[in-house]
Amino acid sequence: MTDAPLLDLENLWVKFRTRSGVFDAVRGISFTLGKERLGIVGESGSGKSMTGRAVLRLIRPPGFIEADRLDVHGEDILSLPEKRMRQLRGGRVSMIMQDPKFSLNPVMTVGQQLVEALRAHEKVSRSEAHKRALEVLDEVAIRDPKRVFDLYPHEVSGGMGQRIMIAMMLLPNPEILIADEPTSALDVSVQLQVLDIIDKLVRDRGMGLMFISHDLNLVAKFCDRIIIMYAGRIVETCKAGELRNAQHPYTLGLLNSVPDLEHPRDHLEVLKRDPAWREAPSVSARV
Amino acid sequence: MSAISINNLCVWFGVGAERSYAVQDVSFDVADGESFGLVGESGSGKSTILRAIAGLAPTWSGKMSVAGETLGPKRSKSFYSKVQMVFQDPYASLHPRQTVDRVLSEAMNLHGVENIDRRIGRLLDDVGLGPGFRFRYPHQLSGGQRQRVAIARALACDPSILLLDEPTSALDVSVQAEILNLLVDLRREHKLTYVMVSHDLGVVGHLCERIGVMKGGRFEEVLTVDAMRRSEAQSPYTQHLLESSINSIR
Repeated sequence: MTDAPLLDLENLWVKFRTRSGVFDAVRGISFTLGKERLGIVGESGSGKSMTGRAVLRLIRPPGFIEADRLDVHGEDILSLPEKRMRQLRGGRVSMIMQDPKFSLNPVMTVGQQLVEALRAHEKVSRSEAHKRALEVLDEVAIRDPKRVFDLYPHEVSGGMGQRIMIAMMLLPNPEILIADEPTSALDVSVQLQVLDIIDKLVRDRGMGLMFISHDLNLVAKFCDRIIIMYAGRIVETCKAGELRNAQHPYTLGLLNSVPDLEHPRDHLEVLKRDPAWREAPSVSARV
Repeated sequence: MSAISINNLCVWFGVGAERSYAVQDVSFDVADGESFGLVGESGSGKSTILRAIAGLAPTWSGKMSVAGETLGPKRSKSFYSKVQMVFQDPYASLHPRQTVDRVLSEAMNLHGVENIDRRIGRLLDDVGLGPGFRFRYPHQLSGGQRQRVAIARALACDPSILLLDEPTSALDVSVQAEILNLLVDLRREHKLTYVMVSHDLGVVGHLCERIGVMKGGRFEEVLTVDAMRRSEAQSPYTQHLLESSINSIR
C-alpha cells in the first residue's frame, strides 16, 4: 500500500435535522482507504450508504456532514466549492448504485450516456469518446458492444444494465470506486460475474474500492479489509481472512444468521441486539 | 394424497404471434405437509407457476389439482380458504391506509370466520407480534414486521397450503433469519404445505425438502435437498447454481 491513502476520514458525522431534534445517521467514524478493497457491512439503517454518499458530499438538506478530516487524495472535501466537487464526482471518485433500473437515464441510449459521462470530465472529440465507450463496454464483458451501444436501458437485462453502469463509472478513470450494493438487485448467477468484473478492473487499474453491502459472507470473499457498522458506528474491523476470529457478538450474529446449504440447522440464530453496542465508542479503521 | 399436483402446465403472455411462453410443460407433485422449492434466475418462470396456481395468471393450459380440487379458469371461494400467498415485497403488499387490524379482519370477514376479535390476537401472537401492533399502519412497521403481518394475513383463514414468493429477498440477512424461523415454526404447528420460490439456494435448502430447478420456463431437474447437499445434481445448470451460491464461511 502507498503511504498516502486515497481517502482519509476522521470522526465523520452525518446528521439530519428533524422536527424532534437532530438525528445522527453516522456517528463519528474514522477510516482510510488505500489501493485496496474495503468492505463496509451492516444492516439497513446502520449508516453504511450514508458513509458512501458523504464521501461525495451527496447528502442533501436537511442532512449535513461534520468531520475532523475528510480528504480525498489530499483535497479537503468539506471546504471545496461546488464547482470543484462536480469535477471530483465521477472524475476521481465514482459511485455504482444499487439498481440499474433507477440509475440509468431511460430516454437516452446506452451509448449517448457513456459518451456524455466521458465528455463531462475530459476534453475529447465525439469520435474519440465513441471509440472509448465501445472499448469500455468490451472491458465489462459485454459481448456485442456495437449493438448494446444503441440500445435503451429498458432493452437490456438487469445484469447487463449493472455492467453498463460500471462501464460508465470507469470511463473517466477514477481512483476511488464506491459500490453501494452493486449486486443485490441481481440474480445469484449473474452476481458473481459482475463481482469478477469489478474485481478485475480494480486490480488492473489500481483503484481503491469501497464496497458497501449487507451480505457479510459476500464481502468476506471479495474484499481485503472489512468494516462492520452498527447504528452509525464501527463496531469491528478486521482483515477479510481473519473474519473467522471476529469477536463482536454483532458480527457473529450476522455470520450465524445466514442459512447455509452445507450445514443445515433446524433453527437459524437470531440477532439479540444489545443496547450497549449502540453506546460503545466507534472503532477506528485507519491504517 | 398429494396436496398439489401439476401436469403439463403451460403459461403464456401475449396474443397471436406475440404469444410467448413463460412456463412450458411443467409437472410436479407436492405431498401433504411437504415443502417444495422452486429455484432459478429471474425470468425463468418460477413466480409465474405460483401465480398460475393462485389464479393470478389466467392464460394457462394443462392440469392442476390443489387440495383435492381440480382447477378451472375460475377459483372457488373455498379454494382461497385452503390456499394463500405471501408476496415478495412487504412494502408493496399491505394497504398503506389500513391498520393491521383492518387488514386481518377483512381477510377473515371474507371467509366468514367467527370470533374475529379473539383470532386476531392469536394470529398476531402466532407470527411473533404482540397485541401492541394491532392498530398500527404499515408505515409504522419495519420490513420484517410487515412481512409478519403479510404472513398473518395469509394465515387468517386457516389455509393448508401457503404459496411463498421470495418472502425474504427484500429483507436484511438478520431479519431474514427471523422470518425463516417463523415459517419453520408455523409449518410445524399448523401442518402447512409450502411451495416456495427463491433465487437463494441457501434459503430454499433451509426450508424445503425438494427443489425444482428452472431454466427458461422448464424444469431443469427436480431433486431432494439432501441430494443437492451431497452434490449429486445431474444437470450442469444446477451444478453451476450450486457453485455460485455463496457459502457461509463458518
